[in-house]
Amino acid sequence: MYYQAKKVIILIFLHTFLLSVALSCILPFVWMVNVSFKGQAEFDSDYGLKVATQLNWKNYKTVLVEEKFWRYFFNSIFYTSITVFLIVLISSLAAYSFSRLHFPGKNVIFFMFLTAMMIPLPAGFVPVYVLLNKLHLVNRTGYVLAMTNMGLSLSIYLLKTFFDQLPRDLEDAARIDGCNKLQIWWNVGLPLVAPAIAVVTIFNALNVWNEFVFASLLFTESNLMPLQVGLMEFSSKMVTQHTLIMAALTITALPIVLLYLKMQKQFVKGLTAGAIVG
Amino acid sequence: MRSSFSDQFTNFSFVFPALLIFSIFFIYPFFYTFILSFQSYDLISQPKFVGLANFREVIVGDKDWWPSVYNGAFITFWALTFQNILAFMLALGVDKVIRGNKFYRVVFFILPVLSEIIIGLLMKQLLSSEPVGRGVLNQWLHQLNLGGMACNWLGVERVRLVTALVHCWKGFGWAFVIFLAGLQTIPEQLYEAARIDGAGLWQCFRKITLPLLMPVIALILVLTILGTMQAFAMILALTGGAGGLTEVPVMRVYNHLRGNFAGLACAEGVVLGIILVAVSFTMFFISKKIKEKYGVLPS
Repeated sequence: MYYQAKKVIILIFLHTFLLSVALSCILPFVWMVNVSFKGQAEFDSDYGLKVATQLNWKNYKTVLVEEKFWRYFFNSIFYTSITVFLIVLISSLAAYSFSRLHFPGKNVIFFMFLTAMMIPLPAGFVPVYVLLNKLHLVNRTGYVLAMTNMGLSLSIYLLKTFFDQLPRDLEDAARIDGCNKLQIWWNVGLPLVAPAIAVVTIFNALNVWNEFVFASLLFTESNLMPLQVGLMEFSSKMVTQHTLIMAALTITALPIVLLYLKMQKQFVKGLTAGAIVG
Repeated sequence: MRSSFSDQFTNFSFVFPALLIFSIFFIYPFFYTFILSFQSYDLISQPKFVGLANFREVIVGDKDWWPSVYNGAFITFWALTFQNILAFMLALGVDKVIRGNKFYRVVFFILPVLSEIIIGLLMKQLLSSEPVGRGVLNQWLHQLNLGGMACNWLGVERVRLVTALVHCWKGFGWAFVIFLAGLQTIPEQLYEAARIDGAGLWQCFRKITLPLLMPVIALILVLTILGTMQAFAMILALTGGAGGLTEVPVMRVYNHLRGNFAGLACAEGVVLGIILVAVSFTMFFISKKIKEKYGVLPS
């Protein structure tokens, strides 16, 4: 009886602790969505601490149409999908070769990719920006290429370790049936590493969607900006328009949150994968 | 099995696109950083070799550089202690509590998933105290009858600490997930055996959890230092530097590059990079010493 009571008390204490931290994570976002449905006058009187009485979509309309957030949104989707497509294609080809095929210098090149992940480069964006400037690539192409490079090392590492664990029998069978290496990679290799590709896709999509530094350096024209840069511009222009800023923030956060709730396993794997390498 | 030259060429061609992009956007810029740091370059006219002038400017000339390193170190200190201890306690809790396990994991990890800009701008709105003494958080405190706590959260006296805490708030979910993964690799039998031998909760923690988790703890410490010293987008969105009070090193690099001082920005990056490599090597040796002290751990 005594132990039972002690256990219950510990559990209550533990849950209170965990719940209060969980609330601190959720409440600011509840407030954010709540404010995004309010008019500025209503916000000024209650600071968004009362639940919005009606779903007022006016802020969203203003932000999306008049403030051109639909364009930022489209740009973000464009950069993210192109970059992720390139990374998956290039890194799965390279990972397959590193894992299965042989050529001189293979280990040295793989080691270079590994080292690249471990060196801290706090100003890594400076020389890349200068380079893009010299190559006249301060545009969409330059951004996509630079972002592709940022995701390559970890993606190659993840996919290679996954390829290493697969049995070779299927590939041998495909070879006997007359497939060349490219066909084996496409028809046998890629379907087998689909789970790892999902992780690589999520990890890189998140990276590009949330990227700010390069995007803010490269895109000074507002019709090229992705969401993160658009948000910064917008918030410095509209300092007092709290409700509009909250609607803009909601628009930026919503796709990531929805995707996260749907595929949280891949998110956690992708974001902790970098740690496991070290 | 020897493969022919054309075979090896095909094999290499699989790696070629990756190697090409990697060479142009990583290997070349990596060495280019060092060259640029000895030059004065405004991105328009020809770069000019200036020797060690940039480094002299960073290390002794620029009065704002070392304070910005201090600010970074200040935030890193809070991330190392507050953020990681909180994450560790949460992970211990979630590891023991089975019910609600998934709920907590999903909720805690949502902050690392969102971008630094979103977190920064959202907290800026929540914490702002304009007009003076008002603002969302203060109003809320008044409603909870805690009006005495209301203050200017992003004002001169507090902005550094508040920035550090917001950084911890965004980052603890990440440390939590890694701690939790580490805790769940510890086999339950060890605890059972210890309990049969009469060990209490504290002894179990001290003799099993802590030593077995040492590699994970060392890893998190190194990654926290590297990550926090290089973070700046959240702070840019939250305070914009607050007149130097929350300016961190990479923010200076970024602003110098925007101001077309590419050479100076590179020199700052090199100085910070050397500091970070030195710190992570020290950490690596310390954690090796700790591992030796605890002896060979069962794998």
